[in-house]
Amino acid sequence: MEIIMSVAIGFLFMAAVYLILSKSLIRIIIGTGLLSHAAHLLILTMGGLDGTAPPVVADGVQVADYVDPLPQALILTAIVISFAVTSFFLVLAYRAYQELGTDDMNLMRGIEDRD
Amino acid sequence: MINLLLFPVIIPMLFGTILLFFPKNIRMQRLIAVCGAAITFIAALFLLAEVKTNGLQAVTLGSWDAPFGISMVSDLFSVLLVLTATLLTVFVIFYSFQTIGFEREQSYYYPAVLFLLTGVNGAFTTGDIFNLFVFFEVLLMSSYMLIVHGGEKPQLRETIKYLLVNVISSALFVAAVAFLYSVAGTLNMADLAVKIPQIQETGILTVIAVLFLVVFGFKASIFPLYFWLPGSYYAPPIPVLALFGALLTKVGVYAITRTYTLFFTMNTEVTHEMLAIIAILTILAGCIGALAYFDIKKIIIYNIIIAVGVILFGVSQMNGASIEGAVFYLIHDMLIKAALFFLVGIIAVLFGTTNLREMGGLIKTYPLLGWTYLVAAFGLAGIPPLSGFPGKLLIVQGGFEGPNFWGSLVILATSLLVLLSVIRIFIYAFWGTPVKTVPINKSVYNQMFIPSLLLVIITVFVGVGAELFMPLISGAGEVLLNPSIYIDAVLKE
Repeated sequence: MEIIMSVAIGFLFMAAVYLILSKSLIRIIIGTGLLSHAAHLLILTMGGLDGTAPPVVADGVQVADYVDPLPQALILTAIVISFAVTSFFLVLAYRAYQELGTDDMNLMRGIEDRD
Repeated sequence: MINLLLFPVIIPMLFGTILLFFPKNIRMQRLIAVCGAAITFIAALFLLAEVKTNGLQAVTLGSWDAPFGISMVSDLFSVLLVLTATLLTVFVIFYSFQTIGFEREQSYYYPAVLFLLTGVNGAFTTGDIFNLFVFFEVLLMSSYMLIVHGGEKPQLRETIKYLLVNVISSALFVAAVAFLYSVAGTLNMADLAVKIPQIQETGILTVIAVLFLVVFGFKASIFPLYFWLPGSYYAPPIPVLALFGALLTKVGVYAITRTYTLFFTMNTEVTHEMLAIIAILTILAGCIGALAYFDIKKIIIYNIIIAVGVILFGVSQMNGASIEGAVFYLIHDMLIKAALFFLVGIIAVLFGTTNLREMGGLIKTYPLLGWTYLVAAFGLAGIPPLSGFPGKLLIVQGGFEGPNFWGSLVILATSLLVLLSVIRIFIYAFWGTPVKTVPINKSVYNQMFIPSLLLVIITVFVGVGAELFMPLISGAGEVLLNPSIYIDAVLKE
C-alpha cells in the first residue's frame, strides 16, 4: 500500500511541477493545489498506513490497533491553510487580470516604472 | 509554568481583531494600533526580565505534557528577537502615519501589521516544528496582504511571484515535516533533539536537514534562493518594505539557527560546511546587487541579503564567539535595516524619485537628515563603536577560530563593499549640486524623521553600550550551544 501511495504522490508532484512551469496563471494555481495535495498525502503515508481502529479509547481496542492520529491532525491544519492561500491566490489572479489585462506570466516580468 | 510568554503572541492578535470592526475611523485605528504594539512591547520586556532571572520558560498548550502537547518555549535568543520585532513594529506604525496614505489606513492596514507581528512573535516563540509552519503561514498571509495592499500594477505583478514562491516553499515545508516525522516519530523540537542523536542512519537525516535548509532558505533569501526578494520587496510602499526587510527574512534566519543548533547537528561536516559556503556566496551575490544599482531602495534591499549571509556564516561555525556574534548581528541588523529604510524613504519622498542620478545637494537643506543617514550607514558597515561592529567582530573571530578562516576574510573584505554601497547614496543624494526638492510640510517631515532619528539613536546605543547587552547575548548563545539546557527545561515541565 505504501508503494502505491508513494507512486501516486510522486505523480502528483510531477503534475504540479509541470503545471507551475506553464505560462498561464490559472494553470499555475491548479498546480499549487496539486502540490499541496501531494504534500498532505505524503504526511499521511509517512505516519504509516497500518492500524484499523480510530484513536479513541474504547473497550476491547488495543493501543497497537490505533491509527496514528497526529498525521491526521497535521493534514487538517495544512488543508485549511492551503485552502485559504489558494482562495487568496485566485482573487489575486482575477484582480491582476483586471488591472494588467493579461494572465501570461511572460508578460509580467520586470518593473516598468524603473528606468 | 507561566503564561507570560504567550502574551507577545496573543496581544497583537487581540488588538488586530478589535481594529477590524471600524476600518474607517483613522484616528481610532492609529491609537489602538500604537497601544497594541506598545502593550506587546511591555509584555515582552516583562518576559525578558523573567527569562533573565529564572532561565528558560516553557508552556505546553492545554496542559498536555511535552512532547505530546504543543510547546511554546522562550529562551533568551527568542525573547530578544520578540522584543526587537515588537519595538520595530511600534516605530513602523508611527512612521506609517504620514507615509502610507489615508486610503490604505482605511483598508485594514494596521490590523495586517498587527497580525504580521502575531505570526513573527509566534514563530520566534514556538517549540514545535509543525507549529512553526502554522505561524509561518500566519505571518505569510499578513505579508501577502501587506505587499499587495493598495493594488498598484507593480504590486499585483510582484505579489503573484512572491505568493507562488512562498506556496511552493510551504509545500516543501510540509513534505520536510512529513519526512522528519517518519524518521524521528516526533515534532517537538526538544524531543527531536533527544531522539535524533539516537538514530543511526545519519544519511537520511542529512537529507532532511538540507531540505529544511531549502525551505527556510526561501524565507531567509540565501543564495541561490534569494531571486524573488529584490523584485518583490521593491513593490510595496516604504513602511511595509521596512517591516518586511527588518522582520520577515530574519524569521527564516531564526528558523535555520534554531534547527541547525538544536537538532540537526549529527553531521556537521556536511550540513554546516554547506551552510558556511552558501552564506559566503550569499554575501557575494548581495554585494554585486548592492553595487550594481542606482536605485536607493534596491541598494538597501540587496544589503538585506548580505546581512543574512553574515549571520548564517556565524551560525555555521558553531563556536562560542561566532554564535554570540550571530545573535548580536541579527538584532543589530533588524534595527539598522528598519532605520535605513525609514531614512531612504524620506530621501525618496523629498526628491520624488528613487533614482540616485536625479538627486543631489540635500545636505544644504536637510543637514540633520544627512548626518543621521551617515551614522546609520557607518553602523551598517560596522565601523566602531557603532552597533554593527561588535557582532561582526565576534563572527570574524569565530571564523578564525574554526577551519573556515577564508570566510572571515571574505566578510572583512565585503564590509568595505557594504560601506561603499551605502556611502554612494550619501555622496549622490547629499553632496553635489542641489536638485529641486518636493516641497513638504514641516510637521509631516518631522513625523517621518523623528521615528527614524530615534531608531538610529537606539542602534548607536546598542553599539556603544554593547558591554551592557553582552550578558543577554552570551546567555542566548549559551542555550544555542548547549541544547541540553533547552531540552531539560522543556521536557521536565
